[in-house]
Order: sequence, then C-alpha cells, then structure tokens
Amino acid sequence: MSELKYLLFLGCAIPYRIPSYEVSARKVLKKLGVEVVEMPDFNCCGLPIGSVDHEAMLVLAARNLCLAEQKGLDILTLCPGCAGTLRKVNKTLQEDKKLKEKINGILKEVGLEFTGGKIRVRHLIQALVEDIGFDKIKETVVKSLSDLKVAEHNGCHVLRPTKYIGFDDPENPVLLKKLIEATGAECLDYMYETDCCGAPIIGVNDKIPLRLAGDKLRNVKAVNAQALITVCPFCHMMFDINQPRIEKLLSEKFGIPVLHYPQLLGLAMGMDAKELAIDELRVKATDIIN
Amino acid sequence: MADNKNSNETKTVREIKMGDIDLDFKREITSLPGMEKLRLCFQCGSCTADCPIARFSDVYNPRRLLRMTQLGMKDRVLNSDAIWLCAACFTCVDHCPQGVDMSAVLRALRNLAVKEGVLPNVFKELTDNIAKTGYAYKIPELRIKRRAERGLPDLPKSDVTAVSKLFDVLGIQKQKENK
Repeated sequence: MSELKYLLFLGCAIPYRIPSYEVSARKVLKKLGVEVVEMPDFNCCGLPIGSVDHEAMLVLAARNLCLAEQKGLDILTLCPGCAGTLRKVNKTLQEDKKLKEKINGILKEVGLEFTGGKIRVRHLIQALVEDIGFDKIKETVVKSLSDLKVAEHNGCHVLRPTKYIGFDDPENPVLLKKLIEATGAECLDYMYETDCCGAPIIGVNDKIPLRLAGDKLRNVKAVNAQALITVCPFCHMMFDINQPRIEKLLSEKFGIPVLHYPQLLGLAMGMDAKELAIDELRVKATDIIN
Repeated sequence: MADNKNSNETKTVREIKMGDIDLDFKREITSLPGMEKLRLCFQCGSCTADCPIARFSDVYNPRRLLRMTQLGMKDRVLNSDAIWLCAACFTCVDHCPQGVDMSAVLRALRNLAVKEGVLPNVFKELTDNIAKTGYAYKIPELRIKRRAERGLPDLPKSDVTAVSKLFDVLGIQKQKENK
C-alpha cells in the first residue's frame, strides 16, 4: 500500500479551544506513517451557518471542497461536525446536478468550481479504521493499557445521519470500541451510550445540555469506567471543560477524565502524557498516566 | 432563550384558532430543501421518543413542531424557542419510518425565522465571526502565538476576501442588517 497522505482540515473549534486534540492527533498520525498536508485558506466548514441560511452552508462547505479538489487530496478532519458537513455537501452536490449548478454559479464569483467525485472526506476514526487499519495500529502499540477500563462517546456526526455517512452501525457502534481495544484497554458499555452530548445548543439553552451530559457522565461512572474517550472537540468541551459546571448544577461529583482517542492511543504507543497534552485536561487524568 | 418551564410554547396550549393558520405558508413550505416529505409525517412520535433533548426538556417536542408546521401555524412555529433547541444529533432522521428529515425541517424553520427577524445571539456571533475571520470562533492571538511553542504549524489564514464576497452574493450580512 502506498503512503497515506491527507489534507488536514482543522476547523474552528480545535484551534479555538481544544489544541490538545490536535497535538495528540498529529503525534499519533506521524507514528502511523500518515503524511498530513496543511490546508491553506480554508474557512468554517459551514455547519453553524446552516441554521441561518442553508445555501450559505452549502457554499462555505463547497468552497473548502474546491480547495481540496485543487490539491487532489482527501480531506482529513478531527471534528465530526466538519466531517459530516463536508461529506454531506460533497455527496449532495454530486447527486443533485441542478443544485451543483446553482452553487457553482455563486462560487464563480471567487473563481472556483466544484467538480465532484475527485476527493473523499474522512473523519479521524474513519481513516484509522478504513484506511490505516487495525493491524497497522496494533503494530505501533508497545505498551498495552490492559489495566485500564474506559467508556466511549462517539460523537453523533461520525455516525449519523446514515444516509450521508455510512460508517459503522449507529444503533450499536463498535468501531471506536475496537480502536480502544487495540490499545489493550477494555471498553465498557453504559446506558444511553449513543446519545448526543448536547453541545450544539449551548448558548441557546445551557441547562438542557448540561443535564444531558451529566446523565451520561453518571452512567459512565456507574459502570466504573476510569475515563471517557471522545473523538470530537465539542463533545470534549461538554464532558471535560464543562464537567465542573455540570457537577455544580447537579450537586454531584463525577471526576471522570475525558481523553481524546489519540491521547489514549499515544499512551499505548509509548508516548508520555505531556507530549500528548494530557496535562491540559480540565479533569486531571492522574490515575491513568501513572 | 427560555428555560425549560418558561417558553411561549407550553404543553397546555391545545386550542388552534383559524387565525393561527397561514395557508400560503402551508403551501409554500414543502418546496424548501428538507421540507419535501413534511406531509408524510403521520405523528408516530418516534422522533420525540428517541430525542435526547426531549428527555431533558418540557418544551422541545419535535412531533408537535412538525404538526404545527403541517397545519401552517407560521407565527407560532417561527417564534417558538423550541426550533432552536435541536442539537442536530440526527437520531430522529435515522429513526423516522416515513423518511422525514426532522433536522432539515428544523433548519428550514430556523432559516425562515431568520427572515422574520428572529436569530439567537449565539448564531449572530458565529455568522459575524465567519464574515470577519473565516472561522466560526474568534481565535485568541495568544492561542495562535502558542502554536509554534508547542510544535504546531502556523494556523492557516482564511481567505476573508473570498468569504465576504460569497456572503455579499448570498445576501448574508444584509439579512442581518434588516433586523
């Protein structure tokens, strides 16, 4: 197999609040021999503006896709929101000729044209499972985390809607679990595992998502998981950065460290906690790194 | 926005007045992207039963919003806080037996509400940020500077000229100025 090479689409949330995800993902991808090319001139994937103006979402996403088409490289994103949006628009514009024409009419103003069918959009865990593969991942594991019991939270846009995504089984997702198990750690089931974290409505209404995320943390704690593993900057903000807020609102103590999957994998690859920015987590992962 | 118990769309409202129904809205709405299958909803309630937000909110009820939309209750739907509470997890989209894309229905309702002058602050900010920087969030200078220290490549500059040109063509800033 030839060397894997992707155009990295960072999105907005990761450089804004969650650099630990980017730091750890880059380290792990390098170790796996994946080449990452920076994506210049990109803009917001389009997702947040969909609520304001659907067409603007299509145009912003399509502009990013055009830039990747020019480079001739598949897009790799760490954020499921970006992956979901770019995937959906890549598919929709290929299938709907009339819509594609309309969007291209707008893109012409900035000298771009969406062709379609030239590039694919991959989320990190999709790339790990489908492009890199479990065998390759297991080869890089030098320090099995077999003493560790964790739980996973997939992030909705990695899995749904099925009609646009087509990755794993959204009703009973197993692939992130398998990726976790590749590190030697055990991945536990818990109640309401596939439920959303609620992050997208923070700012519109805070109490509902904080209660929802609190319910998930309670269920994670109930099965005695030592950490929660995420693959999304928004889920991570919800469970890690907001955990003290949730604990205050619900008058409950959770104390569950929330690690990005590449942080967990990096530990199994023998990297140290500092190198993987694990020291930057709001909820300290002291038990895990010792 | 309103909290759980404090909304203009409460459980107790059962009466529908003919004056609440906008026949043009009812006819036109199904031509919007995402609304094509609106009439196929037979109110089974899968969307609401499986909704993680509805589990923690008394006001967010996708089934009710969909029925009100089908009936053409334009003003009440577009002014309802509830249309802004969907977290877009797409569980209902996967589960709907009639293939109604509830998240797209809500997106279309939000777009229409924006045209009527309703837009929560958080979305105003996101739109402004994209227009000014290309990014949805204002990334602090310190964070950008610290990237080099930790061995990260420079944050790519977005092409703001291209983005604002596209926004002009789309009439995005104009929509907001109309408020």
